[in-house]
Amino acid sequence: MLYRSHVMVCGGTGCTSSGSDSVADAFVNELKKNGLDQEVAVIRTGCFGLCELGPVVVVYPEGVFYSKMKPEYVPEIVEEHLLKGRPVKKYLFGETVTEEKIKPLEETTFYRKQERIVLRNCGIIDPEDIEEAIAMGAYEALGKVLTTMTPEQVIHEIKKSGLRGRGGGGFPTGQKWDFAYRQKETPKYVVCNADEGDPGAFMDRSVMEGDPHAVLEGMAIAGYAIGAEHGVIYVRAEYPLAVKRLQIAIKQAKEYGLLGENIFGTGFNFDVEIRFGAGAFVCGEETALLNSVMGRRGEPRPRPPYPAVKGLWEKPTIINNVETLANVPAIINNGSEWFANIGTEKSKGTKVFALTGKVNRTGLIEVPMGTTLREIIFDIGGGIPDGKKFKAVQIGGPSGGCIPEQHLDTKIDYDSLISLGAMMGSGGLVVMDEDTCMVNVAKFFLEFLVDESCGKCAPCRIGTKRMLEILDKITSGKGEPEDIDRLEELATTIKDTALCGLGQTAPNAVLSTLRYFRDEYDAHINQKKCPAGVCQALLSYTIVADKCRGCGLCARNCPVNAISGQLKQPYTIDQEACIKCGTCFEKCPFDAVVKA
Amino acid sequence: MRPVKTLEDLQKIREEASRKVNVRSDRTGIRITVGMATCGIAAGARPVMMAILDELEKRNVKGVTVVETGCIGLCKYEPIVEVYEPDQDKVTYIKMDPEKARQVVVEHVINGHPIKEWTLESADIQ
Ligand SMILES: Cc1cc2nc3c(=O)[nH]c(=O)nc-3n(C[C@H](O)[C@H](O)[C@H](O)COP(=O)(O)O)c2cc1C
Ligand code: SF4
Ligand code: SF4
Ligand code: SF4
Ligand code: FES
Repeated sequence: MLYRSHVMVCGGTGCTSSGSDSVADAFVNELKKNGLDQEVAVIRTGCFGLCELGPVVVVYPEGVFYSKMKPEYVPEIVEEHLLKGRPVKKYLFGETVTEEKIKPLEETTFYRKQERIVLRNCGIIDPEDIEEAIAMGAYEALGKVLTTMTPEQVIHEIKKSGLRGRGGGGFPTGQKWDFAYRQKETPKYVVCNADEGDPGAFMDRSVMEGDPHAVLEGMAIAGYAIGAEHGVIYVRAEYPLAVKRLQIAIKQAKEYGLLGENIFGTGFNFDVEIRFGAGAFVCGEETALLNSVMGRRGEPRPRPPYPAVKGLWEKPTIINNVETLANVPAIINNGSEWFANIGTEKSKGTKVFALTGKVNRTGLIEVPMGTTLREIIFDIGGGIPDGKKFKAVQIGGPSGGCIPEQHLDTKIDYDSLISLGAMMGSGGLVVMDEDTCMVNVAKFFLEFLVDESCGKCAPCRIGTKRMLEILDKITSGKGEPEDIDRLEELATTIKDTALCGLGQTAPNAVLSTLRYFRDEYDAHINQKKCPAGVCQALLSYTIVADKCRGCGLCARNCPVNAISGQLKQPYTIDQEACIKCGTCFEKCPFDAVVKA
Repeated sequence: MRPVKTLEDLQKIREEASRKVNVRSDRTGIRITVGMATCGIAAGARPVMMAILDELEKRNVKGVTVVETGCIGLCKYEPIVEVYEPDQDKVTYIKMDPEKARQVVVEHVINGHPIKEWTLESADIQ
């Protein structure tokens, strides 16, 4: 049945939690009521990347974009737009509507600067219908490698493409496959790392939810290349929707003979099973992950031996990230040269980022390597809200670093980020404005890692805790000048001696903020001031006598009676008694209370 | 469910399935609008619309978008079907019925020969 119009309702995690299910139901009912259900289809998709504007609905063929949809809007949209062909402007995303014209979604500034390889089908297809994936070319790459290429040729192609791991380290994927391919021992395994544990990250989740077949196809191609017949997806149990879509995708792929035995009649067998993550951040580290899959404690172990030699059940195993694997079919279909033409000299292709924090348009984006941070934050992200100034962007998750204004024009790739003291990580981007205290930011990320440290090795277990204690001292106004040296010394030791990546990168947040925002540390330590006005203990509240009208409101609300005065006369704060709760600052109707 | 044994099998599924998703990606080609305001529907626009969709599907025509429009002020000529081709003047067909609509798809949309005698211009001349 050909439908003349498609109503795409986002079924990603973000929109589902803002109520897209009831919007989809409303469309189905309303279309039926108007006798349009034979002409207009309602399709649930994966994430469009604009979750803050959700529930998101895109209507084709026009491609117009309704944001923050509510079931109540649906009757009018069906009546006006789907029946009479006039999109309902007041419900469309404001940026796409001008006097003369309504722009389709892909012409918004948010989309235009993106290049979608990994997210090519997210928001375009129904991820629960394998035929829609096939319509977009799914499993053609698998067919091509099985029927026309040798494993060596596949590995060579991936090597030539320059694809590097998207899970953080940036290790060349073809090389990793080659190691595993050369191992004589069998059986071999392909493991997909879908543990995505960075706070605020949802890149991998969105790929699994929006285009699960891309991941399965990538795994099967990897399996053929290294000689493995079994695949395992290690996915966070907190991702129920991703798990459900993967399960459906696996089932459908088996029914169509695209997974299972004798795929494409070539004698190649490949199956995929799903394992649930143990819920700890460190389980995303590859050796910890393998332990966890085998039912052991999710602790890292020393390498070598590398998983490519001794991995799952001591057999040769490759571990690749979700996004890495989702790139593979596109590389096979379009050729390694095509891929190698995108990006920078040493980092090819695109990267998916989750853009969050103090930026006008938060969301999930995919840009070519070599895009600048300025383009991402100011063009795609639309800049900083409320007229505030940009201060820094934290990139790479808890193990990453903070990059200041003066480096915003750096073309981002694996190597440029390392040289700036940050790293690609899995693709978290947190934008911070002038109201952010960088010492406090460093403390926040370090705190996360101290909590997540598995405790197996001393430098990480003890060292990161010492660092955190020092940061606590500094932010509570008890810092001493020597503390900075102590931090640096601890950081170097931990980096050099920790067993796994968690410990080795834990000091990055502190080191990068020390590198670019040393003056803020100095202000905390020497002047006992927090320039951004964040660290409570370093603030002082005072009443400006000229502005105070003597209304007494502050005094009545102060929890410790630290404010005194006479009605109609300026009030004063007893600094000794004040506990810096900020109540007076909020309550004063005349802005007479200042914090500094 | 159709087990895929060869690349050709996959290709076949792809062709069939891509007609389902074409509407979302192909927006460069020909556009057909059907007047679907009250006047159009009363005059029988819906069967015309369904006939167009059916004919396009049967003949596996790609990249044609079909949209409804409101009243264009020519109620007495409804059902009205308009065909827009890139860089060409639009052609307005009047007093359509399902059978005529199918022929418009075949002759005009596929073969590129507008059916002059059913257009608004020829009605004006008369
Ligand atoms: C503490 C820690 C957490 C990690 N978490 C993840 C994760 O959530 N997802 C992921 O793909 N890689 C994660 N990694 C990286 C993996 O160890 C591994 O390098 C990666 O999965 C390899 O795949 P790739 O080469 O495709 O990037 C983590 C590493 C460390 C040290
Ligand atoms: S570095 Fe930290 S997380 Fe890694 S093994 Fe050592 S204690 Fe565990
Ligand atoms: S609330 Fe403001 S104006 Fe009123 S007494 Fe306190 S400082 Fe003065
Ligand atoms: S900050 Fe809190 S404790 Fe201090 S004076 Fe104001 S209300 Fe009282
Ligand atoms: S979940 Fe709907 S746009 Fe991201």
